[in-house]
Amino acid sequence: MSVKSTAAKPRTPRAGAGTRGGVKRRGSGGEPELVQLLTPEGERVQHSDYSIDLSPDELRGLYRDMVLTRRFDAEATSLQRQGELGLWASLLGQEAAQIGSGRATRPDDYVFPTYREHGVAWCRGVDPANLLGMFRGVNHGGWDPNENNFHLYTIVIGSQTLHATGYAMGCAKDGTDSAVIAYFGDGASSQGDVAEAFTFAAVYNAPVVFFCQNNQWAISEPTEKQSRVPIYRRSEGYGFPGVRVDGNDVLAVLAVTKAALEHARSGQGPMLVEAFTYRMGAHTTSDDPTRYRLDEEREQWEVKDPIIRLKTYLEREGFADASWLTEIEAESEALGKRVREAVRTMPDPDTMAIFENVYADGHALVDEERAQFAEYLAGFEGGH
Amino acid sequence: MATMTIAKALNEALRKALETDPKVLLMGEDIGKLGGVFRITDGLQKDFGEGRVIDTPLAESGIVGTAIGLALRGYRPVVEIQFDGFVFPAYDQIVTQLAKMHARALGKIKLPVVIRIPYAGGIGAVEHHSESPEALFAHIAGLKVVSPATPQDAYWMLQQAIDCDDPVIFFEPKRRYWDKGEVAVDAIPHPLHAARTVREGTDLTLVAYGPMVKVCLEAAAAAAEEGRSLEVVDLRSLSPVDFDTLQASVERTGRLVVVHEAPVFVGMGAEIAARITERCFYLLQAPVLRVGGFHAPYPPARLEEEYLPGLDRVLDAVDRALAY
Repeated sequence: MSVKSTAAKPRTPRAGAGTRGGVKRRGSGGEPELVQLLTPEGERVQHSDYSIDLSPDELRGLYRDMVLTRRFDAEATSLQRQGELGLWASLLGQEAAQIGSGRATRPDDYVFPTYREHGVAWCRGVDPANLLGMFRGVNHGGWDPNENNFHLYTIVIGSQTLHATGYAMGCAKDGTDSAVIAYFGDGASSQGDVAEAFTFAAVYNAPVVFFCQNNQWAISEPTEKQSRVPIYRRSEGYGFPGVRVDGNDVLAVLAVTKAALEHARSGQGPMLVEAFTYRMGAHTTSDDPTRYRLDEEREQWEVKDPIIRLKTYLEREGFADASWLTEIEAESEALGKRVREAVRTMPDPDTMAIFENVYADGHALVDEERAQFAEYLAGFEGGH
Repeated sequence: MATMTIAKALNEALRKALETDPKVLLMGEDIGKLGGVFRITDGLQKDFGEGRVIDTPLAESGIVGTAIGLALRGYRPVVEIQFDGFVFPAYDQIVTQLAKMHARALGKIKLPVVIRIPYAGGIGAVEHHSESPEALFAHIAGLKVVSPATPQDAYWMLQQAIDCDDPVIFFEPKRRYWDKGEVAVDAIPHPLHAARTVREGTDLTLVAYGPMVKVCLEAAAAAAEEGRSLEVVDLRSLSPVDFDTLQASVERTGRLVVVHEAPVFVGMGAEIAARITERCFYLLQAPVLRVGGFHAPYPPARLEEEYLPGLDRVLDAVDRALAY
């Protein structure tokens, strides 16, 4: 492949990968340096600490993942607007952060998402239609977390970082080299649970990667309302490395997350990755970003679009031609159609499901109320 | 048959659980070398190692949150919260995560986590060390809540809680830790969620759990000297409540007084009074009365004897019920 040499500097494996790169600052401005391997113009660049060498097939795969994820997300947004979903949390703009990190995981690794990790779910093999049940209101999750090692979406901000840490402590106890990745946002970085997760992970050297998608806004609150230092530097006080990566650069996210997971699985403990990205849409479909942010800001980020960036690169290198791109378009249309049908035909849960799975071992009060309610309902049927 | 304190019975139960199942882990503040502030985990880290008996950072939400993660990985964590009033930083993890995760996963995952909480007053402690928050947990679907009153129950109920595939909040009556009693380690245990009639009587039923069982037994003994026959039921489980056993007792006596340390308002007593009234409306000889704490913060130690239900307040309620 015609990528300029990626072997610039052999990466010393597992040698505190994240402590470098991330903490450097540019000479001129105050912005921390981002790990970047693909510029917004689609130019391949090198980074002294993080490199990646992908085949054209793999590069096309990342592009396909991002296009299909965006299409799925758009379909879900439409479905919400048409009243088929009660709510939707769009990932628009965060495709590279999610696909890059999701593709960095191994099947035996375990993922703890927030409620926006549709792209990561895609990478883990979760059927996209399964993600929509909770937004349609037929369940609160509904998939088997152990089927794809992808935990349920967690609504309470930051809670899952502790679950991830505990799970990682278990992995270490079991003597496996599986690692765990916990997703959270810039707003969650203010939560006590995230701080406690950092403490526990550091103290027990847990093999967990904390992956913060800093999409700049926690509903209407900007990152400046969460922290006086760049989020990736928070880990320093806990004694583990942190790194900031261009979250709109799928190659950089993949390289950095792979390194972070290696760091974790090799017994060196946790690592924090801050993917610097942007939520192009609203926080959820209930939100109105025009009340708190300027169009210019979005326009500035539009030129950094993760999908266009990779497409430019693929085309320039001759890795993707028009017919292949058309095929992907067709595939994404088919996905949209399939998701639409799946949602519209999703059955409402049986009324008595209210009483199901409250307890694993049963509970006398639940049994009593189930029986009473069944009798109450039967009374209506008997009346006809 | 061995004689031991509740504290020792709990320690033996934890030892047995650690021996029996390699997936059982203990987690908490100061539970290692110190053996816990009440020494319930005394000697366990020495015998089972730091990997099984885990001293944690001082962060209650972190303790419960990581225990959830360990349970998801297949472990059975038994968590110690140092004192009742310190459980609140973990309340979010318990209520929004631990209690609901099994349902959220449509039953695909189980959360066998036990949270041990030394609770209630009577030891002259400072603020936040004497509270009875059991109703707050019993109110939450997905949690089971129990409280032993004797060494025998402490020994068996803790092991049963650890065996249970649901999250169990295990309230330990701290002022009874040093009470002694007989423990039959080979006996077939009483079912975890069944109440037990601990004294039979005909005139009135006293129902209590945890630290108040002893007070009710003393009240029944005192009442007997005045020719009154009181039945005492130890509830043992607060979620679920064994209403069948309680109802059977009230059917025999016709009167019920509920005794607990927690504030009466919106407490366990209110629930029990309502349900028993519904079940026994036509045979109750008197309204169900409640004896408990006031709608006030738990008082400073010099006032706790006035705040806590004692013999006199229980007997006063008995008099009122029998006067109907």
